[in-house]
Amino acid sequence: MSPRSAGLPDPRIPAGPIADAWRRTRDGLPLISPLRKRQLQVLVVGSGLAGASAAATLAEQGYRVKLVTFHDSPRRAHSVAAQGGINAAKNYANDGDSIGRLFADTLKGGDFRAREAGCHRLAEISGGIIDQCVAQGVPFAREYGGTLANRNFGGSLVSRTFYARGQTGQQLLYGAYQALMRQVAAGQVELLTRRDMLELVTVDGVARGIVCRHLITGALETHTAHAVLLASGGYSNVYYLSTNALKSNASAIWAAHRQGALFANPCFTQIHPTCIPSGDTFQSKLTLMSESLRNDGRVWLPAKRDDLRAAAAIPEAERDYFLERQYPAYGNMVPRDVASRRARELCNGGQGVGPGGRSVYLDFNDAIADHGRATIAARYGNLFEMYERITGDDPMAGPMRIYPAPHYTMGGLWVDYHLMSSIPGLFVLGEANFSEHGANRLGASALMQGLADGYFIAPATVTAWLAGHPTPELGPDHPACREAEAQAHGRLHALLAAGGSQPVDAFHRELGHLMIEYCGISRCAEGLHTGLKQVALLEARFHQEVRVPGEAKGPNGELEKALRVVDFFSLAQLMLRDALAREESCGAHFREEHQTPEGEALRDDGTFAHIAAWQYQPGSGNPGQPAPAGEPVRHSEPLEFTLMQPSTRNYR
Amino acid sequence: MSGTLSLNLRIWRQASPDGPGAYGSYRLEQISRDLSLLEALDVLNEQLIGAGERPVTFEHDCREGICGSCGFLVNGQAHGPQRATTVCQLYLRQFQDGDTLVLDPWRAKAFPLIQDLAVDRASLDSLIGAGGYCSVNTGNAPEANGTLIGKEQAASAFDTATCIGCGACVASCRNASASLFVAAKLAHLAQLPQGQPERSHRARAMQAEMEQQGFGSCSNNLECEAVCPKQISADWISWMHREGRRDPA
Repeated sequence: MSPRSAGLPDPRIPAGPIADAWRRTRDGLPLISPLRKRQLQVLVVGSGLAGASAAATLAEQGYRVKLVTFHDSPRRAHSVAAQGGINAAKNYANDGDSIGRLFADTLKGGDFRAREAGCHRLAEISGGIIDQCVAQGVPFAREYGGTLANRNFGGSLVSRTFYARGQTGQQLLYGAYQALMRQVAAGQVELLTRRDMLELVTVDGVARGIVCRHLITGALETHTAHAVLLASGGYSNVYYLSTNALKSNASAIWAAHRQGALFANPCFTQIHPTCIPSGDTFQSKLTLMSESLRNDGRVWLPAKRDDLRAAAAIPEAERDYFLERQYPAYGNMVPRDVASRRARELCNGGQGVGPGGRSVYLDFNDAIADHGRATIAARYGNLFEMYERITGDDPMAGPMRIYPAPHYTMGGLWVDYHLMSSIPGLFVLGEANFSEHGANRLGASALMQGLADGYFIAPATVTAWLAGHPTPELGPDHPACREAEAQAHGRLHALLAAGGSQPVDAFHRELGHLMIEYCGISRCAEGLHTGLKQVALLEARFHQEVRVPGEAKGPNGELEKALRVVDFFSLAQLMLRDALAREESCGAHFREEHQTPEGEALRDDGTFAHIAAWQYQPGSGNPGQPAPAGEPVRHSEPLEFTLMQPSTRNYR
Repeated sequence: MSGTLSLNLRIWRQASPDGPGAYGSYRLEQISRDLSLLEALDVLNEQLIGAGERPVTFEHDCREGICGSCGFLVNGQAHGPQRATTVCQLYLRQFQDGDTLVLDPWRAKAFPLIQDLAVDRASLDSLIGAGGYCSVNTGNAPEANGTLIGKEQAASAFDTATCIGCGACVASCRNASASLFVAAKLAHLAQLPQGQPERSHRARAMQAEMEQQGFGSCSNNLECEAVCPKQISADWISWMHREGRRDPA
């Protein structure tokens, strides 16, 4: 095992047995008196599951909290769109689940690229999250006897997923949002909506505030605090078309990265196999269709290349049920990454259907014949309706068309066991951090992690940080604030001054094409090098040819987009670099050079059982300016496995 | 189904809340019927930017009908003609080649206009802040299965909790009442044991706040139910009026 890089802070992983480590850690953390808490200001950026739950909980404890979100209301955050459910090791199903099993599934699901201690803590906290949400009135699905219902999710062997129809994320978010609004009404939280974070303010290397742009007035504002929490979500929109909301962005974490926060495992991005594919150039979004569809749907493609016949006109013998053919044991239920890769290979080979040959069929014909229309309608009626609304086609009449789409990013800002980034005083929660999902996230674990971070972990560790680091109040006139404001001002005006004629979206679309091609489902050195070159060229062209209409004052949606896309250019290059440096296949990261003769992922535990944490070098992809890309520095944090030894997945 | 169509758009353009507003007329030629109406506005905006004009401001985010950001009137109907559909999920195949669509912002005293089709709906957050929660601090929750809740009861609570806060109910009410929004939240929590301790207070406080925020009273027109993308029943409004007269617990 390689030692930890010199440039990496201590990850503060607790010593001793992992099983009880979080309780021991928490019991030993310093506390702060209620009177003192009232004098301390905490700033939370983002109002999704992690941000809203952290802000509400810290406010309940007596801190003065400011919550910043770019939305008009905290309830809009993209957590709202999570469909499937939330895992918890309650073992209500009495099917042998336990904290140990959820821990093992999380670590294994992440293909042994996450910290044991973090995964274990998540499993330990999971049950308390359900208790909290139920107490808030989250209307989870129930059994006839009145107990909570559980379902099996994402190929797990136990039923540990709690759900509220297909809108679990919405209901959990509203629980946290309502807790937050209670604190807003009580005067404990100041709600700052419609603000985009543009810069992080640091004083002597410690995070002390942010600069944001008010999206209605256009004014730049500086907000200072004793601790800053980023809970701003993931970066799937680097691919332009993804299942993320259109405004989901990486700008808050990228601003922190520019100030020195390390970025961990940026190339670990998850692709979801069952999404409604793209068609027209102006399609703005890929909509996720629940994975549960694969329980009854059969995935197939025409056996012949370039077969333009309608699905119904292709006889059974000329159909290739490729997942069933290649994986007789798991069939259509193979994990997300495997299903995605096989679909892409065949589409690249010319077997794909739909516009541009970029989709595969998901067919319910046999399921309807076996179980009857009524049963299938009861199981998937709402999903079929959603599909028909978007595509105009009825899945009862003919097969759906689906294709993989970027969905979740495991990578994010590096944090230690206390969720503190490499910038002291800056905490990172939820999808914005890299934390516990390793190289691939288990289904129904994103909601669990966001709420574990917000309700339970951050409130304890932020208190510990504040107890140990008495920091003086910081006025908005402090030179550090002025400097950050000037930086933000410069970036805005450089974009507005660009003299081109192309809209921002045109460049974002092109960036998306490059990233999905070279850093998507499947990656290779040659493609990654090409990607790096082309993204740099595109970035330079952007600054020459873009037109950002309007001014800095007042609402300016195009300026908002331009600021986001500039950050995506830099992040894209970091992702490509990270994918290039990780010479192995693990989880969602598949390097074509590293596969078994059967075409399965080949991990290299000897060399790569570590977290890659990248350090920004000033001058590399200078924001707002077409500067040549510099070389960020790659640090590594070795991963130790004590409870479980890395094993290899095999679905053949 | 594919193919293209052309559309005439008449869109309310107003640069600032206190400035003058007027309809702008635009035409989109031969665009794909598989685009959503919001994607058609994206196309229009790219054309406007190319021509050096200010793009149309409209709210949107998830574009899958769940975040509640989007919403404007299409030919006078909140979220347009399709039942149970937010405007982001309204596809052009619902329209005919050559149709004229008139797009207006939500108009309500409690929703001040920001620009073009975007309005400020912060008043809905204030309604939730007035009592739309269970007062339970993090960490003192009892074991989740300690409280049994019938399957049907939980499902009915869910049906009301599914409100996305888009404001269509307010925009389509002749009194700009938020009755359906408030009733949905009251009903969600009143149907569950967790909501009982604060039930009476919540009902009074949220209805008082509704008046405070400048929403009108229910006009019993039931337009709110007709336009609600989540199909929340207006029966809950009648229920709410009884609920408001409950004795304090």
